This record gives sequence, structure tokens and C-alpha cells, in this order.
Amino acid sequence: MLSTSYLLGTFIDIVGIWVLFDRFKMVKGWTLPEVGLVYGVIHMGFAIAEVFSRAFDQFDQMIKQGEFDRLLLRPLSPLFQVAVCEVQIMRIGRFVQGFLVLLWSANTLSFSLFSVHTAILAPSVLGTAALFYGLFVIQATLSFWTTESLELMNITTFGGLQVGQYPMSIYSKMLRLIFTVLIPISCVAYYPMATLLQQEAYPLWFALLFPLAGFLFLYLACKLWSLGVAHYRSTGN
Amino acid sequence: MNGYFAILNIRVKMLFQYRAAAFAAICTQLFWGLITVMIYRAFYAGSETSEPITLGQTITFLWLGQSFLRILPWTVDKEIEAQVKNGNVAYELVRPLHLYALWFARAFAHLAAPTAMRCAPVLILAGLFLGLQAPVSLAAGLAFFVSVILAFFLSSSIVTLVMISLFWTISGEGIKRMMPHITVLLSGMVVPLPLFPGWMQPFLSFQPFRGVMDIPCRLYTGVIPAAEAVYYFAFQIAWTLFFIWLGRYCAHRAMKKFVIQGG
Repeated sequence: MLSTSYLLGTFIDIVGIWVLFDRFKMVKGWTLPEVGLVYGVIHMGFAIAEVFSRAFDQFDQMIKQGEFDRLLLRPLSPLFQVAVCEVQIMRIGRFVQGFLVLLWSANTLSFSLFSVHTAILAPSVLGTAALFYGLFVIQATLSFWTTESLELMNITTFGGLQVGQYPMSIYSKMLRLIFTVLIPISCVAYYPMATLLQQEAYPLWFALLFPLAGFLFLYLACKLWSLGVAHYRSTGN
Repeated sequence: MNGYFAILNIRVKMLFQYRAAAFAAICTQLFWGLITVMIYRAFYAGSETSEPITLGQTITFLWLGQSFLRILPWTVDKEIEAQVKNGNVAYELVRPLHLYALWFARAFAHLAAPTAMRCAPVLILAGLFLGLQAPVSLAAGLAFFVSVILAFFLSSSIVTLVMISLFWTISGEGIKRMMPHITVLLSGMVVPLPLFPGWMQPFLSFQPFRGVMDIPCRLYTGVIPAAEAVYYFAFQIAWTLFFIWLGRYCAHRAMKKFVIQGG
């Protein structure tokens, strides 16, 4: 029941995008189905990350209550323990929504399911998931050093989602730079799709390389986490 | 009446303490606003026909919406929701205060305090640097101000009605999920209502949520001329009175019939 209302809720967010395209037809040369590809990839990736990273969301509570100490005593990596702590299936609503948008877009653009397009879409989704998972890990890692300011990280996670669902070419250079180099959201969703649609002039196989940025980001995030654990001093329990 | 004012007073004081959270929220809003401005610019850049509102007006709508974001009937009051769930609402009923008025006062405080606290920074920054235009005329500015006050009452009446509905649904989960999306969409926060397709305009013109943000914005930018403001005030007041009447009626019915959960 909750999943359904979550799904319906996220659909209403699409209405805004649809309204704009209904009126303006195009933005920077991208039509609605083309934007739909980017939208689908990024929301599916985000949803996957959300489903599996719930515990990182509440990690600051774990630190505050001293529960993290218990994890350190066990012979398993603390990162792994937190990661598998909770799985929130409810968030699957966003995944379904993204998937449906993707299906509609692919259909409208006449992509077939078993083609090079799927071969590019799948790594993009996984790369996006890795990227956002990394962001959630970083958000949790900040709890080692500060108890507040986690809300500001939402600018990167949910803000990143909002930024990334449109083609990056519409944003200012500065923003594009931040979201390509620092937090490579455009690498995992925009560039693969743009290459696929030939909006950006890269050879097709490049589109497989871009999502790797997401995995690299996740790797770095985990390294940061290890740093946090190494310098962790408990608040007591 | 003194009882209600006292409650209003206490809750406003309490909510003014949440300043750190306010800072983070303002940063988030500024970021969101900047992104959305860029999105609108890109869309308008590709447009060759004239649109119902100009880019400048759209950006103004956006920043006004962000500044007054907390005015929206966003969600249910958590404390009251918990009270209804575990039966403590019975204590509220024992007080010498009318339940509807009590909840209305709470709702009003929850809307007024955060909005008053958070509107200024965004308004100032957006006005100086980020494309928020000044009101079209003094009359427009005044009409905007009055409209916002009325919007507070309208929004409070909607929230209170939703709270009353908890007597029937007990858990607020369902409506809590749906409310933000409905209010955000129909008040013009997602996309300004003038930009919606023509065939939706008749419906959008009559639905109550437009009184929360859309009407004040239109008055501010002159999309609705100040001379016609009175009719739109009447629109806001009419819907407010309707929701108040409906809320009180339902509260009355609930008092007669409901079963208290828990011990």
C-alpha cells in the first residue's frame, strides 16, 4: 500500500516535466522521450541505491547512541554490516516509475529491447546506483566528524537527482563541471545517453566507459569511510 | 479566545528555535531555485512563440514559491497524529477548548512561524542576485501581502480538515504520502499554473490550492491586475470558509461516534 502511494507520488513529479515539454516541445535540442531516457536511468539508479542504503541514512543515530561500537567488535567489515542492516523495498516505487518512463521513451524512440541500447542502458543504471550509493556512504561518513550538516548533503543526493534528470547541457558551465568532475552524475546518466542519441559526439563504445566513473566514486567513498572508522572515537554508550 | 491565543503563542515561540535546520533548508532552497532557473531559461530559450507568462515572471513565481514554501498545506501534525493513534486525543477533548479551533490555531502557528522565519533570506538573496523581480506596482505589492495572509488561513483550514480526517483513518500514512505531491502540483510550485496546458486551465482556476501560492504570485507579477484583486481575495476566503465549515462538521460527527484507541 505504501509502495503504491510512493509510486503515485513520484508520478506526480513527472507531471511537471510533462507540462513543460507539452508547452515548449524541446529543450536544447532534446525532446521529451530523449529526456525520458536520462530521467529513467537516473531514477532507476537512485532507487537501487536508496533501497540498499537505508541504514546509512540513519547512521548518525547509530553513532549518537553508541551502537556503532558493537559493529566494530564483530569480525566483519563495519561497512558491510551497515550496508546489509536494512533493505527498504518501499523505495522500489521510484524504480518502477523510472523503468516505466524508460520503457515509454525507448518505445517512442523505437529502440528495440535486445540491442546495443540495452547494452548501454544497463551499465548506466548500475553506474548511477553506484554513484548515489557512494553519496549515501559519504553522507553517513560525515557523522564521524559532525552530528549535524547532514541535511546539506541532501543537496548532493536529492539535489543531484533533480539536476541529473535533465540533460546536463542546459546548465551553466560551472555546474556542469562540478557534476562531471566532482560528483560525476553527468557521467553516469547524461553522457551515455547523449552518446547513444548522438547529441554528444563520442564514439558509441565510449558510452560504456562513462558509467565507470560511478564505480570509481563509490570506491573513493568507501575509502573515505575507512578513514572515518580509523579515526573514530566513540561517544560512549 | 485567550486560550487559543495562548496556544498559538507557545507554539510560535517553540518553532522559532529551530534555526540550524532553517539554515540548511535555506541552502537547499537556494540550490534548488538556481537549478530550476537554469531549467526554465533553457526551455524559454528554445521557445519562439509567446507564452502566458514571461521568463522573468516565471522566475519570480519560482522564487516567491521558494520563499513562502512553508505556507503549503504540506503534511499532518505529527503530534496530533500520534495523539489520535494512541488515544491521548481524549485529553485534548477534556480541555475547555473547542477541538477544531484548537487544531486550527496549531496549524496556523506551524505555517506562520517557519514561513515568517525563512521567507526573508530567500527573498532578499533572490531579489538582489537571482532574478526575483519587484512587484509590478505598489498596489500589486499590497495585494500580494493581503493574499498571502489569506493564504495562511486557507492553508490552515486545509491542514485542519486533514487532521480531522484522522479520526476516521487513524494512521495518517496514506494522506501523508499524497498530500505534498497534490499541494505542490496544484498550487503551482512544481510548474507555475499559467504554463499548464490550456485544457487544464478551467479546472486549475477553480481548485482551492491555487489560493495558496498561485494567486499571490499572479497578483505580485501583475498577471492578475491589482484592480481585480478583490475577486481573488473572495475566492480564497470562500474556499477557506468552506474548509472550515466542512472541518467543523466532520469534527462534530467524529465527537459523536468515534472510538478511542488504546487505554
